[in-house]
Amino acid sequence: MTRFETAFSKGPALVCFITGGDGDTAANLDALVEGGADVIELGMPFTDPMADGPAIQEANLRSLAKGTRTADIFRMAAEFRARHPQVPLVLMGYANPMTIRGPEWFAEECRKAGVDGVICVDIPPEEDAELGPALRGAGVSLIRLATPTTDTARLPAVLEGSSGFLYYVSVAGITGMQQAAQASIEDAVARLKAASDIPVAVGFGVRTPEQAGKIAKVADGVVVGSAFIDLVKQHGDNAAGPLRELTAALAEAVHSAR
Amino acid sequence: MLYPHVKMHNLQLNSVVSHPPREGSGLGRARLPSGPIMTTITPVNSLRSLPDETGHFGKFGGRYVAETLMPLILDLEKEYRKAKQDPAFEAEFQDLLKNFVGRPNPLYFAPRLTEHFRKLAPAGKGPKIYFKREDLNHTGAHKINNCIGQILLAIRMGKTRIIAETGAGQHGVATATVAARFGLPCTIFMGAKDVERQKPNVFRMKLLGAQVQPVTSGAETLKDAMNEALRDWVANVHDTFYIIGTAAGPHPYPELVRDFQSVIGHETRQQVLEAEGRLPDMVLACVGGGSNAIGMFHPFLDDPEVAMVGVEAAGHGIETGQHAASLTGGKPGILHGNKTYLLQDEDGQITEAHSISAGLDYPGLGPEHSWLHESGRVRYVPITDDESLEAFQLCCALEGIIPALESAHALAALPQLTAEMDEDKILVVNVSGRGDKDIFTVAEALGVEL
Repeated sequence: MTRFETAFSKGPALVCFITGGDGDTAANLDALVEGGADVIELGMPFTDPMADGPAIQEANLRSLAKGTRTADIFRMAAEFRARHPQVPLVLMGYANPMTIRGPEWFAEECRKAGVDGVICVDIPPEEDAELGPALRGAGVSLIRLATPTTDTARLPAVLEGSSGFLYYVSVAGITGMQQAAQASIEDAVARLKAASDIPVAVGFGVRTPEQAGKIAKVADGVVVGSAFIDLVKQHGDNAAGPLRELTAALAEAVHSAR
Repeated sequence: MLYPHVKMHNLQLNSVVSHPPREGSGLGRARLPSGPIMTTITPVNSLRSLPDETGHFGKFGGRYVAETLMPLILDLEKEYRKAKQDPAFEAEFQDLLKNFVGRPNPLYFAPRLTEHFRKLAPAGKGPKIYFKREDLNHTGAHKINNCIGQILLAIRMGKTRIIAETGAGQHGVATATVAARFGLPCTIFMGAKDVERQKPNVFRMKLLGAQVQPVTSGAETLKDAMNEALRDWVANVHDTFYIIGTAAGPHPYPELVRDFQSVIGHETRQQVLEAEGRLPDMVLACVGGGSNAIGMFHPFLDDPEVAMVGVEAAGHGIETGQHAASLTGGKPGILHGNKTYLLQDEDGQITEAHSISAGLDYPGLGPEHSWLHESGRVRYVPITDDESLEAFQLCCALEGIIPALESAHALAALPQLTAEMDEDKILVVNVSGRGDKDIFTVAEALGVEL
């Protein structure tokens, strides 16, 4: 079994996102795992995070202002892999930093660092050639996004070539803003699960254990990001404690949902 | 290589030779459309046949957007294909260009500039210089051509709200203008720094009924305004149309903006044939995102006798790193929905552009220019802030025309280009906009207190 399969086989999974290089990333990642995160998403900072709301935008810029380089992100990933051999690790970010040295280079670095999957916000299935073949060739999952605007006709194209899990962006919007209505999430998850066997994780606008618990009743995973980023902003290099606490509360809600 | 014949064009300026009009290249050229956007039959190996069906110009262009936007982008493409075939759409577009924008604007022979450069040039050199007067359009620049086309598309698609990004405010003003004309609510995203720098245009947009949203993320300039417009669009795809201001962004924007702006080149072609009985030897335009340039160039791409030069903003100089010359000082990458030349570091982080001209102050350019650059069909040259200021003043003094600082970049390439061209040659400069908006910037740069 892959790390993803193991993580999603135990019931609903908690997927936690933080931006690499914002605060003490190693300590923060450890805190997420200790708190009960099942999957880790590590954000690669980018100067122009078009799909992100203010919280993650600022995290990107804080990280870059500290001088975070792509090499640093891969170092963080490799060190995480050494400390946590079983926890799936996903790199999430934008096309330009991922493709600038060529897709093969990026895919190979992911493989060497023990990265299980990649989410690229601005490479839709239509531009798959930009990154998809290289990742698949290196045995790294390409995790695609489905959204409320992804209709049934389009869904097969989104699923084609994707693996690990499917990330359902529950609102048409940017990260960390409004939350989707529970009913719309339930409909969408049912539709996605009918079309595919891979796990469906739901994100965007999920901040509280209560929200996460409700979503976990229908989805295979719940993604939380901006709420963690807010804690990193607030506590700077000493965010591990608060992150562990929030993760534990979210994990409790997610894991006991079913 | 996709277009092997492209390399055969001899683009060395010193060897530009005049050709008689080619068979069928006169006014009666039957296969050319009367209007700029109707589908035309293009010959095999035409340079005008791109983008391909996936929205690529060679390796450039494409659709690099979040999944939320993809279905809308595909819809827009479908609707644009239909509109292109619809005579009623074309008729309304042409009617508005004529009666609202004031087209056709003149192709003006610039006698004193021509004389000036002949004196400076070696004996027998110094071509006739013509201006294409986009500065005489309603709202004072070429931007309105595109806005008219896009708002007609928005209405066709049943969208009820307009958004746009703006740097200097010219595209914002043009968008606010068409939104007012058609009674649609409109939000303009503008970097907070630009809001401060461009107060008159902010007030114009407000007078026209637009809401101006200052953007405080990033460097608070055009690139960040575009990010914020994309964020708004993603959250409001159901009712909102994004009027992109330049021939960039995800497919089909580079294509449709180019088509709407091609009225510039189509008119120029007719006008120069009327005035001179032949095509120009060179067309010259500034390139920020590149919409005025592509509008001028595209109708001439298949005429090998017409050399083309695009002028990028070199800011304080390429060597200083403070510039906006994506082709000269950047490399290919992915931003704002398309693959194109970008100013970036080795990790692919986008770097800040600089130009005295707010309209050129962007770290990328339209994907078709990247392709035309690599194919060799168009030559791109850098011009600094100082050179553009000099050309700005020269144009005011010799021709009685205050050009936009953007257009002054194109004019600033004249000393070099005219010295290499024989005096029986014809050179057309696209004066993309008027410079009233820039007088405060110019005064400050010249140390004049107003």
